[in-house]
Amino acid sequence: MSPVLFWFFTFLMLAFATLVVVNRNPVASALSLVVTFLSLAALFVGLNAYFIAVIQVLVYAGAVMVLFLFIIMLMDLKAERRRKFNLLAVGGGVLVSVGFVGELVLVLGRFKLGESPFPALRAEKIDDVREVGMTLFTTHNLPFQVIGVLILVATIGVVILSRRELK
Amino acid sequence: MDFIHSIPWFLIFASLAKTIFIIFLVVLPMVSYTVYAERRVSALIQDRVGPNRTGFPLTLLGFKKDFSPFLGGLGQPVADAVKFLLKEDFTPGHVNKPYFWLAPALAMMPALITLAAIPFGSVLDLDFLLIPLGHLFGAEWGHGPVKMIISDMNVGLLFMFAISSVSVYGIVLAGWSSNSKYPFLGGIRSTSQMISYELCMGLSAVPVLLVASSSGLSSIVNYQVAHGWLLLPFTDGSLTLREILLWIPIAIAFVTFTISMFAETNRLPFDLPESETELVAGYHTEYSSMKFALFFLGEYTAMIAGSALIVVLFFGGWHLPFIPDGSRGGFWGAIFGFVNITAFFAKVAMLLVVFIWVRWTLPRFRYDQLMKLGWLYLFEIALANIFLTAGILAFT
Repeated sequence: MSPVLFWFFTFLMLAFATLVVVNRNPVASALSLVVTFLSLAALFVGLNAYFIAVIQVLVYAGAVMVLFLFIIMLMDLKAERRRKFNLLAVGGGVLVSVGFVGELVLVLGRFKLGESPFPALRAEKIDDVREVGMTLFTTHNLPFQVIGVLILVATIGVVILSRRELK
Repeated sequence: MDFIHSIPWFLIFASLAKTIFIIFLVVLPMVSYTVYAERRVSALIQDRVGPNRTGFPLTLLGFKKDFSPFLGGLGQPVADAVKFLLKEDFTPGHVNKPYFWLAPALAMMPALITLAAIPFGSVLDLDFLLIPLGHLFGAEWGHGPVKMIISDMNVGLLFMFAISSVSVYGIVLAGWSSNSKYPFLGGIRSTSQMISYELCMGLSAVPVLLVASSSGLSSIVNYQVAHGWLLLPFTDGSLTLREILLWIPIAIAFVTFTISMFAETNRLPFDLPESETELVAGYHTEYSSMKFALFFLGEYTAMIAGSALIVVLFFGGWHLPFIPDGSRGGFWGAIFGFVNITAFFAKVAMLLVVFIWVRWTLPRFRYDQLMKLGWLYLFEIALANIFLTAGILAFT
C-alpha cells in the first residue's frame, strides 16, 4: 500500500473515531463510527487482507451499525443533547486514556520483535478466503465449533428473554 | 523521473476507461431506458399506450424534421432527465439539513461501487490499434489483453454483498432526517426488510460458491465457461450425472436468490418501504427534483447490479456457447471481446424485463407476510440447500 493512502486512511479513521466521542448527536456519532469502520477496512485492504476487510464492512458497517442507528432513531434525541457536561466523567476518561497510552508506550518500547520487518508473503496474491477457511476447519476446528455453540446459546437466550418481555 | 516511471500508467488509464465506460456509457443510459421500458411494458400489460410521443427535437438545432425513432417515445428518458435537473429543488423547513442532503448520495453511491466487482466481459485486446497509434507518438503502447472487470478480487461476491449492505444508510437517513411520519415508517420498514433479506441472499449464493469452489466472480464465470452455465449445464455440450444432480440445488438457489434480490432492491411485490397506498411515497416523500432522482437512480442501478450478479452466478456471465473469448488477439479478438460484453448486457437486459414483468403482475405483500416469507421459509430453504449441495458434491 502506498504510504500516502495509508496515512490518509489512518488520519480519516482517527479523526472520525474522535468525532464518535465528541459529537453530541448520537446519530452523528453512529455515522462517524461507520466511517471509522470503512477506513479500517481500507487499511486491511492495504495489507492484502481482502477477506477481513470485506467482512469488516459486511458485519460491522452493514449490519451492526445499521441496527445501532435503527435503535438510536427510535429514541428521543433531544434529551441526549440537553445532557450536561459531567466534569467527573471527563476527568476519569482522560485519566484512563492517559494511563492506557502510557502503558502502550512502555510495552511497545520494550517490544524488540516489532522492530524487525515482517517476513515477505509467500505469493503476490494469496487466496485468503481459502486460507482462512482451511485454518478454521482443520487446525482450529474445535475452538470454532465451540464458538458456534456459544453463539447459538446466546441467540436462544436472547429469544427467551425477549419473549418474556412481551407477556 | 523514476517516480513517473514507477506509476502504472496503463493500469490507471485502463481502469479509468473501464469505469467511465461501464458507468456513463452502459449503466446510466441503461437506467434511464429501464425506466422507459418499465413504463412501456406496464402500459402493454395494462392495455394502455404508454409514453410513445417524445422524440428528439432536432428542429431546435436547425434540422428539417424532428427525429422520432421506430417505437416512438425514445426521447422520453432524456426529457425526464432534463426535467429532473431543471425543476425547483425544494427543501422543506422541518428537515435535518445535513443528513437530508447526505441521504440521496448515500443511496446512489453503493449501487455504483458494486459494479466494480462485476466481470462484464472476457478480455479485450486492442493492441492491433494501440501499437500503430503508439508508434505515431513514438511510444510503445501495446499491453496485451485487458480483463473486462474493474477490480478482480478473490472476494468479489462478498464485496458485492458488503457494499450493498451499506446502501441501507441512504434510505434510513432519508427516512429519519425528513422529520415526518411516513418517510420515517418507510425508513424503518426498509431497514428491517434489507437486514432480513441480506441473510437469505448471502446463504442462497453459497451453493454456487461450493460448486465453483471460489468466491471470486471472474473465477465463477470461468468455471461456467469450462463446465456449462450453472442453471443450464448443457451449454458446454455435455451433460453428466453430477451436473443433473447439482441442477436441483442450483435451481432452488436461483429462486431464493432472485426473490431476495427483489426484496433487497425494494421492488414490487416487496416495495413496502414506499408503498403508495400506505406511506405516500415512503422514505423519499419529502424529496424533490434531482435529490429524488438520485434515489430513483440508486434503486435502478442496484437493480442492474443485482441482475448482473444473477447473470454472473447462474447464467454464465459473458459466455455464449460456441463463441470464443477475446484472448486470441488481433481484429477478430477485439470483435469477440465486444461480443462477450454485448452478450453480458443482453442477458442483464433480459433479467431486467423479468423484474418489470413481475412488478406489473404480482400484488404487493403485507408487511408481516414479507417478514414471515423471509425468516420462516426462504432462510430455512437456503440453509437446507447448502447441506444438499455439499452432500451431492461429497458423494459424486
